[in-house]
Amino acid sequence: MAATSSSPVSRTLPRVHIVVRDRGRIVLGILAVWLLLWVFLRGMHTLALGGAQLTSVHHWFNNLNDVIGANRNSNPVFLYFFNYIRLFVDEFVIFVQSVIAQPSFGRPLPLIGWLGVVALVGFVSYAVANIRVAVLATAGFFVLGLQGLWRESMDTLALTLAAVIISLVIGIPLGIWAGLSDRFARLITPVLDFMQIMPSFVYLAPLTLFFLIGPASATIATLIYAAPPVIRLTAHGIRSAPHDTVEAGESLGSTRTQMLTKVLLPAAKRTIVLGVNQTIMAALAMVTIAALIDAPGLGKTVIKALQTLDVGTAFNAGLAIVVMAIVLDRVTTAAADRGRRRPNRIVLLAGAAATVFAIWLSYTYLWAAEFDARLDIGSTIVLWAGEATDWVQSTLAPVTNGIKDAFTWVLIDPLQALLADSPWWLVAVAIVAISVVIGSVRAAIVSAVCLGLLVATGLWSDGMTTLASTLVATVFTMVIGVVVGVWMGRSQRADRVIRPVLDAAQTMPAFVYLVPFLALFAASRFTAIAAAVVYAAPVAVKIVADGIRGVSATTVEAAVASGSSTWQTITKVQLPMSVRALTLATNQGLIYVLSMVVVGGLVGAGALGYDVVAGFSQGQLYGKGLAAGIAIVLLGVMLDRLTQAAANRTQRGGSR
Amino acid sequence: MHGTQVHDTQQPVISVRNLWKVFGPKAARVPGSAELGALSRRELMDRTGCTAAVRDIDFDVAPGEVFVVMGLSGSGKSTLVRCLTRLVEPTAGEVIFEGEDILACDPKRLRDLRRHKFAMVFQHFGLLPHRCVVDNVAYGLEIRGVAKAERTKRAKEVIELVGLGGYEMSYPDQLSGGMQQRVGLARALAVDPDVLLFDEPFSALDPLIRRDMQSEVIRLHREVGKTMVFITHDLSEALKLGDRILIMRDGALVQIGTGDELVAAPADDYVRDFVRDVPRSHVLTLKWIMRPPRDDDPLDGPELGPDVVVREATRSVLAAEKPVKVVRDGELLGIVGDEEILSVIAGGSDS
Ligand SMILES: Nc1ncnc2c1ncn2[C@@H]1O[C@H](COP(=O)(O)OP(=O)(O)OP(=O)(O)O)[C@@H](O)[C@H]1O
Ligand SMILES: [Mg+2]
Repeated sequence: MAATSSSPVSRTLPRVHIVVRDRGRIVLGILAVWLLLWVFLRGMHTLALGGAQLTSVHHWFNNLNDVIGANRNSNPVFLYFFNYIRLFVDEFVIFVQSVIAQPSFGRPLPLIGWLGVVALVGFVSYAVANIRVAVLATAGFFVLGLQGLWRESMDTLALTLAAVIISLVIGIPLGIWAGLSDRFARLITPVLDFMQIMPSFVYLAPLTLFFLIGPASATIATLIYAAPPVIRLTAHGIRSAPHDTVEAGESLGSTRTQMLTKVLLPAAKRTIVLGVNQTIMAALAMVTIAALIDAPGLGKTVIKALQTLDVGTAFNAGLAIVVMAIVLDRVTTAAADRGRRRPNRIVLLAGAAATVFAIWLSYTYLWAAEFDARLDIGSTIVLWAGEATDWVQSTLAPVTNGIKDAFTWVLIDPLQALLADSPWWLVAVAIVAISVVIGSVRAAIVSAVCLGLLVATGLWSDGMTTLASTLVATVFTMVIGVVVGVWMGRSQRADRVIRPVLDAAQTMPAFVYLVPFLALFAASRFTAIAAAVVYAAPVAVKIVADGIRGVSATTVEAAVASGSSTWQTITKVQLPMSVRALTLATNQGLIYVLSMVVVGGLVGAGALGYDVVAGFSQGQLYGKGLAAGIAIVLLGVMLDRLTQAAANRTQRGGSR
Repeated sequence: MHGTQVHDTQQPVISVRNLWKVFGPKAARVPGSAELGALSRRELMDRTGCTAAVRDIDFDVAPGEVFVVMGLSGSGKSTLVRCLTRLVEPTAGEVIFEGEDILACDPKRLRDLRRHKFAMVFQHFGLLPHRCVVDNVAYGLEIRGVAKAERTKRAKEVIELVGLGGYEMSYPDQLSGGMQQRVGLARALAVDPDVLLFDEPFSALDPLIRRDMQSEVIRLHREVGKTMVFITHDLSEALKLGDRILIMRDGALVQIGTGDELVAAPADDYVRDFVRDVPRSHVLTLKWIMRPPRDDDPLDGPELGPDVVVREATRSVLAAEKPVKVVRDGELLGIVGDEEILSVIAGGSDS
């Protein structure tokens, strides 16, 4: 019995192995040749470029920026299009800011002070979700005030709200359209895919070209990053309305509008709210990153602190971002899960009255408008976090430095040397050859084009350094992904415990991860890589866990019945059979790592990330920063296409 | 074709003529072409990539009648009933409802018909999950623009009628399958339609509940007297509910007739197969088993009508000393004796 039922397993698996192993050998061969040539050609044609050195492309971008700057108010495209968008968005953001964040309407303070905002947040949370999250939200916002970051928090919130509102106003109708029309869905899906594989960071530079540095660019960048989830999920919700229900609605003679408002939208409501949740979280993450182009708020505090390596302040502000993320996530998730329970009407009315009263108080009295500085615990947090960091860095230095140096010496340096010190053409040939072997000819062509353009950006050497960090971080992400993913995939219990942690980790803006690693390892390439691994691991873990779980239970049972040990079951059945999940996890891991390695430019990762950051702050480096942004996109596209092609290939290989 | 057409004196509610529904690329060429129309399902698929779900069907439904459409899975029943209100757009043919050609209606008129004249009950209920029972039932009235108080009142009446009183504020996922289908039924009744369409409404229910629901439909039919078109693949359901039954195979009509006609005179082996397991004495009437009177028959026995079901006649025939006379309007149609009765009960060969 066991023998017959396990035979299909043993008959199909080795073949997959052989295919994978053969390709592995060829890749090893390519690497060996590359290494050999590297020994002789090291240091030649590396296209290295000094920190302040510029190429003609960078000058050209600088010029472009100047020309656009000079013509911003005369060129009709700007005059009648971009400028209007900028003005509109700016006005809108300023309006939201003036309500909760910035002095306005001739007052020294915003319209609604802290008491009003806290009451409003609590009330809205109760109205859309339940009393538990209302309490959580109220407490969370109060903590923001205690941290001494009220104004910064409100700036972040205002920007997030503005971007979310615009995202929803644009996104929900587009989502409905995509849900109703197959044509439109086919049109918009690749656009959304593209918007989402781009590291969020890279929208910033080109946008500033059109919308200047400031809130408009920040909001539009946030919009681009945050709108896709709500579009997708709205369309998905509408498409998955039960067929019978839709037909019943039709058979009773509903008009198209009635169909939409009374049948489809209510049926899709939960999914749409989940989309709103994702949009809000994405917006918050992006708003903090947009601090790089001068968006006000908590992100700016973090960046300034990171740049001066002031861990205490960065920690305090990072904590505030975490608090806000938790509140926004919990409230919107609870709103989606609320189901049919409606809040008590009397409580609702009383709450509304109390909220209005609190808003009036905060409009009228200073104590309710401005958070009392005597309640400040922020400076204590800053102090403690700073001291803790100093202590960690002085006491744990032997350990942390040991780890850091070991990794740097064993992994990062050699790989970087290979990529950045080889002649550029050698690297290019090797990468294209590897693309053919593990991906497809199409992927190889994409690689060739991307590498060619990378040379053209003038940032080949920095690109290779970034690529090295990205690869190292991805390897570690995958190690964690496989170990934890297999554990979760095999144990229901582990899954139940770990999954919420991963979910929570995924809602955090990328920045937040830098802070603890900065405390532990000071500014270095390793710090950025470690933060990137932690940022990217949750996605990889989840995908692997789902892949392992997706392996049919009968196959696993058959393997166990034929006497496989646990280790054999994992390595010979479960992992090979979830090889597609593994490649997909690698793909997602790479994208996440890449976007984080760039943010790591702030904490000593150097290379492209640094170029981008410097481009925002120094006028003459603008062009170089823009080119670096493009270089990141090129790396992203190349790695994405390559891993996708590899995934498709293993899938075909696996099913043969 | 064995079809009993409706009495000439009665104007049919629905007449269907040469109705076709073909799914697939360039579907319209199939009904027009005698050659393509004659192909089997498989050949048609191979040749054109099309499926003819409904092929050239004709029938009439009389007012107040329960008209059952029966066939195996995939024979095109659902498609046929959806063609009646153009939930599925027919490829060719005519659907006449109370003298009006439904296929010629513009969208607005069609919507009006769907709102006022037809209502449908679905296999998987098709309730709106986000609305409670009352609001589900009132939906049809709501989209017509009936005021809230009025439609709630009407909805409550109908909910009472289908025996769901007390569950007005429940949500579909809090109800059992049978109760959900009662809601589906109530929703259809609430709009007071002329015709009720049922697409296998009880297939998703377990047998006991199904029997309850069938009795419910019979009761409602008696109480509200609506015309009903009822789809099923269950012969006993068809026989229990249907005044007349249309049998489909691969989209085409095989036979139309009353239950006893199908059992007594199946048009072909397909129908014969269908009715094989039916207890004949429960379905056949005396007119199917009587023999012509012979000269030596004593003509002073008891009298029975030709439409009396065998099972019900058994006792009196066997108890009587003399053979029973089958009489309509005083005219002697035939004779039924112990022998005829016993051959049916013993499951004898076709009469
Ligand atoms: N939208 C569609 N597109 C293509 N083919 C269809 C479509 N709907 C139905 N068909 C085909 O038409 C044929 C008849 O389907 P229909 O659903 O009417 O059968 P049915 O008699 O209701 O079966 P069941 O008892 O399983 O509900 C089937 O072969 C089916 O594959
Ligand atoms: Mg059907």
